[in-house]
Amino acid sequence: MHISLAAEKIIEVGPIAITNTILVTWIVIAVLSFIAVKISRNIKTVPGQLQNIFEFILEAIEGLIQDVTVDKAKTRKFLPLVATFFIFIITANWIGLIPGFETIGRWTTENGEKVLVPFFRPPGSDLNTTLALAIISIAAVQIFGIKSLGLKYFKKFLNFKGPIEFFVGIIETVSEFAKIISFSFRLFGNIFAGAVLLAVISFFIPFVAAVPFYGLELFVGFVQALVFAMLTTVFLFMATISHDEH
Amino acid sequence: MSPESMKLIATALAIGIGGFGPALAIGLLASKAMEAIGRNPEAAPKIQSAMILAMAFAEAIAIYALVIALIIKLIV
Repeated sequence: MHISLAAEKIIEVGPIAITNTILVTWIVIAVLSFIAVKISRNIKTVPGQLQNIFEFILEAIEGLIQDVTVDKAKTRKFLPLVATFFIFIITANWIGLIPGFETIGRWTTENGEKVLVPFFRPPGSDLNTTLALAIISIAAVQIFGIKSLGLKYFKKFLNFKGPIEFFVGIIETVSEFAKIISFSFRLFGNIFAGAVLLAVISFFIPFVAAVPFYGLELFVGFVQALVFAMLTTVFLFMATISHDEH
Repeated sequence: MSPESMKLIATALAIGIGGFGPALAIGLLASKAMEAIGRNPEAAPKIQSAMILAMAFAEAIAIYALVIALIIKLIV
């Protein structure tokens, strides 16, 4: 049984290689865009079923953000980014549970042994995707901080009031990069380990033994999307409050 | 000890020892949450959602250890 940490390439167009996770990311984008266009085409005051589901999701996320920032205006500002992270990550995680993912592929020989290159793989199991999401999140936190505090935002990192405050500023700078690593590895580890777990369990007892683990993967996919969104909210909130009151 | 066997031992130890801290953390989290719910059953939904969120963070450390174990096994 062959487990590959890196996403496998399926097509190479000149110098650019298309991996199976890129393909699934495009599928997720297509699905979400299709749903979005379908809802916003006939948006009604008394919503139909699909619009109702997404209104419920958005109101739930708005409630979660409101619990962190008690300010309605800030909640409105943060809602698009945080809801996008949540909806994209939960769709990307759950779409990886559809049968056919990591099993339908093309057989190639690699180092003398026959290896299956799957056509579909959950995007969260590729460190590139999770690293990109993490960088977008932390970059957005910086941008929101600068937008609401001006250049005083950098007083968090370059604090010359005294030696201890200067040291704390350095720790804050390092901690921003640590947040990027932690975001990306948390999502990557959970989804990749889940996919490997399903593959290993299905290797021993196909179909039957995998059922409770599918339940676990559904739960883990939801929790990881929620944690990503909530952490982004908390960091956005901490970046937009002024630090004068200590 | 051949490099191959050292690799296997390293993989097993990485995830074995790395899972110890997070397991303890999650256990403590759950026990404090149970105490809090026992003292104030009305606040159970709030405590529950805060508990799940904090557990995801504790679990992340175990995930880091798992990633290192996978890297040792599959790449090194």
